[in-house]
Amino acid sequence: MNFTNFGRYILLLKSVFRRPEKLKIYLKEIAKQMDYVGVGSLGLIAIISTFIGAVMTLQIAFQLVSDFIPKTIIGSVNRDSSILELSPTISAIVLAGKIGSAISSEIGSMRVTEQIDALEIMGINAPGYLILPKIISGITMVPMLVIISMFLSITGGYIGGSVSGAVTPAEYIQGITTDFNPYTITVALVKAFVFGFIITSVPAYEGFYVRGGALEVSQASTRAVVISCISILACDYIVTQLLL
Amino acid sequence: MIEIKDIYKSFYGSEVLKGISGKFEEGVTNLIIGGSGSGKTTLLKCMVGLHQPDSGSVMYDGRDFTPMTYEQRIEVRKEIGMLFQGSALFDSMTVEENIMFPLNMFTDQNRKEKLERVDFCLERVNLAGKNKLFPAELSGGMKKRVGIARAISMNPKYLFCDEPNSGLDPKTSIVIDELIQEITEEYKTTTIVVTHDMNSVMGIGDYILFLHEGKKFWEGSNKEIAHTDIKELNDFVFASRFMKAAKDKF
Repeated sequence: MNFTNFGRYILLLKSVFRRPEKLKIYLKEIAKQMDYVGVGSLGLIAIISTFIGAVMTLQIAFQLVSDFIPKTIIGSVNRDSSILELSPTISAIVLAGKIGSAISSEIGSMRVTEQIDALEIMGINAPGYLILPKIISGITMVPMLVIISMFLSITGGYIGGSVSGAVTPAEYIQGITTDFNPYTITVALVKAFVFGFIITSVPAYEGFYVRGGALEVSQASTRAVVISCISILACDYIVTQLLL
Repeated sequence: MIEIKDIYKSFYGSEVLKGISGKFEEGVTNLIIGGSGSGKTTLLKCMVGLHQPDSGSVMYDGRDFTPMTYEQRIEVRKEIGMLFQGSALFDSMTVEENIMFPLNMFTDQNRKEKLERVDFCLERVNLAGKNKLFPAELSGGMKKRVGIARAISMNPKYLFCDEPNSGLDPKTSIVIDELIQEITEEYKTTTIVVTHDMNSVMGIGDYILFLHEGKKFWEGSNKEIAHTDIKELNDFVFASRFMKAAKDKF
């Protein structure tokens, strides 16, 4: 995003947070979006998180081949990596692909078929009606998905370690329960909140300002995913730097 | 009544509208006509606030729309109904939900009252019983009629139609034109139709404003249009051999 785009993005956000015309309709829309973002992404997040946890266990076990390092460390490393980095960031990047492209395409299609103009003519704040429910669902459901992802990633590590014999269940459980710092959960949730905002607002911006037809909508969708992913990684670094 | 005064609009240094003025009375069908790229859709968008004119004013019954704040404009927009070129129906909603949408947003009617209003609007456009269909299940003409039903659901004082006949067969075009005219006369709306359809010009053009290269070249009624000697207008209206022959018989 260059500075012009960033300025337009901020102005769009200002319009998004205008007072809703009718709260009841917005709440209905928020519930719909929460279902789509949260429930609709649960399966994908569950599969990815479980496998990443399992693979992490095997790789940590492979790298820590030494009699001086207790195998319980595999559980500890897997736990902290999952909570601090893998669950929030990988989940966010996957969701940027799934939800981000859908948001951009949906709003972009509405733009090129004049549905957004129709909303404006009716006197409805189109950015608010179309984008606010998506942002609210993003900042609430992505943290929930990340919590589920953390749990499944650690569980996946347990399953992977047990099945492969890389670490015994007892050692793994001892590892994940030793020296646990609850602050890491706070860091992960802050990241999830920020990522949830990016995943929904950046694609919405790209879709909202589409000009042209089907080709431009697909290009906006691709751009939305790329910019979201880069923003997620940049914010990941900034939040980590600030909070750890 | 809507009055536009000296509207100018440019895009990236290219002047699209060059000082357009006109008066659109209520209860009559006002047409804005012109060739492709003449600026008629841009003028319409300036009038409804989708584009901000560079200069000039748009007066809705004496209220100057152009300098209004976002909140002030909402009050005027509640009095506007608009039919878009592609109908602009919300894909994810049924016909009923599309028509009910502005009622949900801006009225405190209960569900029964809103459903009655939806049924009335659908009946008015001869689509009674199509409530539960989605836009994807409708033909082009039906979409336009649902668009009109949605536009009149809030009893608008001002009705704008952007190329209501585009993509329709001649017979359906006439049905849409007649519907627009009937609604205009029945509800005394100030109706503005942007078109380049000659059937519409001859059929419902109570007042016609002709644009050419961003300028107003002519204004008058469909009865007067055959008797002008403005070359640009004659080239546009009587472009086909058939129309030329018809003109000679006027």
